[in-house]
Amino acid sequence: MATSQEIRAGDPAAQAAGVRAAVSAGVNRPDDEDLRDVGGDKMVLNMGPSHPATHGVLRVVLELDGEIITKATPDIGYLHRGDEKIAENMTYTQFIPYTDRLDYLAPLANNVAYALAVEKLLGVDQQLPPRCQFIRVICCELARISSHLLGLGCFAMDCGAMTVFLLTFTEREKIHNLCEALTGARFTTSYTRLGGLARDLPPGWVDQCRQFLREVVVNLKEVDQLLTRNRIWVDRTKDIGVIAKADAIDFALTGPNLRASGVDHDLRKAHPYLCYDQLKFDVPLGSAGDCYDRYLARMEEVRQSVKIVHQCLDQLPGGADNAAGEPINVSDGKTVLPPKQKVMTSMEELIHQFMLVTQGVNVPPGEVYFGAENPKGELGFYIHSRGGGTPYRLKIRAPSFVNLSILPHLLPGHLMSDAVAILGSLDFVMGECDR
Amino acid sequence: MTPQRLAELLQSRYGALVSAPTEFRGEVTVRVADAEQMPEVCAYAKKLGCDFLLDLTSVDNYGEDPRWTIVYELYGLEHRCHLRLKAEVSEAKSELPSVTGVWRTANWHEREIFDLMGIRFRGHPDLRRIIMWEGYPHFPLRKDFPLAGRPTEVPDVAFTQVAPLEGGPFVTAPGGKDAIEREPRAKELEG
Repeated sequence: MATSQEIRAGDPAAQAAGVRAAVSAGVNRPDDEDLRDVGGDKMVLNMGPSHPATHGVLRVVLELDGEIITKATPDIGYLHRGDEKIAENMTYTQFIPYTDRLDYLAPLANNVAYALAVEKLLGVDQQLPPRCQFIRVICCELARISSHLLGLGCFAMDCGAMTVFLLTFTEREKIHNLCEALTGARFTTSYTRLGGLARDLPPGWVDQCRQFLREVVVNLKEVDQLLTRNRIWVDRTKDIGVIAKADAIDFALTGPNLRASGVDHDLRKAHPYLCYDQLKFDVPLGSAGDCYDRYLARMEEVRQSVKIVHQCLDQLPGGADNAAGEPINVSDGKTVLPPKQKVMTSMEELIHQFMLVTQGVNVPPGEVYFGAENPKGELGFYIHSRGGGTPYRLKIRAPSFVNLSILPHLLPGHLMSDAVAILGSLDFVMGECDR
Repeated sequence: MTPQRLAELLQSRYGALVSAPTEFRGEVTVRVADAEQMPEVCAYAKKLGCDFLLDLTSVDNYGEDPRWTIVYELYGLEHRCHLRLKAEVSEAKSELPSVTGVWRTANWHEREIFDLMGIRFRGHPDLRRIIMWEGYPHFPLRKDFPLAGRPTEVPDVAFTQVAPLEGGPFVTAPGGKDAIEREPRAKELEG
């Protein structure tokens, strides 16, 4: 893709600086004839669906004038599995494993968001025991750290900084070990149940988690030193892919992408769910809305998440080993499976067990929308129930789907190589985009 | 500002077009009687501070008339209020005006509804399939589309075959009994 002139300019820093100057001179629409394919036709380039910078199976059809993108048409759907259709044909509990596979980089956060949506419909969301709320928040924040570490690592690698990727993946590995100890699975966690959790924290998990939190901040500092003031990195990301505040709102971006544009909207603050109102944390905001701001926003969010998990571990009701026997499920036999010993000995529990397993939780007719602040943005579930054990309609408002819809507006005027940085900075995942 | 107040303001301006608000689990829903007026109502709601269209979706009320319900989830970043607007469209018509002129985020949501349910949005700038491929003949989220799928063939592009469900216990057929009404384990594979 590079023009012969760029190949001659061997130094990547100089090359990036030259390209930067050319783009900033024309405010994203450079007239520099050197960068345009003089007298030639426009070229159509397929980026993806199998391309290292499209993080999965996104396909973008780019119309190029030389190196400049003149039109971008995203083509999604390569990972469509019909999750919403499947949901209409199974019980609410059976759908939990499908939520793992939405944003598969933060399955714990999806589990929590889905459970909260169904609990809102059931009307038990205010009865969640405190220990359950704290563990769920720990899960959400660990998922956020994991997702952002991957997002930052891939973003940096797409721009040529391979080391960062290795550093962040070392830390992610530790989160997967924590997930495995907690849920029995490293990726497909399926940890929440309607009205509670699948199981309590295993012995020694809290210490293991604290150890990880101490290590991740060290590693994060290293990433910070490698990137934040790195000339090449700053040149590749600063003033690239600027999303104005008004555009971010109009396209309904959420998560770090929205906040990097300076919009102060975080569901953990705006509509605190679980125990977020008892925790102290800051929400980082950007000012320019460019790729660099989105990078900084994610870096700071990881630090804030570490802070939140520390607080949760300190304040965890029942402590690490839960010697006091604090409940982790709501005390409602018609929502949560009864303990196995009671099923074998008591008539009522046997009936509850039988009804829950064969027919699912009996959900009242009605409709709710619940949105949770997930790593990628607001993951919303719209559930339309007509009573009974299966949803009549379940719509997943996937943050990546909405965040990607800005691409046709955002990409034109940028260089082909900037498209890679922009895609990396938007941090999307096709699993939830295509559903 | 509260969601109730938003609903009142909409009602005072549009009268009978906008129904009285209903509340469930702390969420306020307002029905708009005529889907043709939706862009106008939405533009006014945006003036009232609902600058954020969270979600736009559709429900298939199979076997009822009107068959389609379009659901708009509105949110205001300033007043932090959530309001749900609903409009109904008959199967014979299956068409309503687009709200892409009010919020640009509606673009992909409306394409998705068109793709999966087959409801057309008049005035949409680029109404193409988004998740399924160009040329796919069915609308898979409709209730009369079986979970197993239907075979299709677009030569040299793509094909689909019926998926083996292996007698899945919770497979629901349109118009049939739901999971509660039938004995799940005795379910025969349908279609």
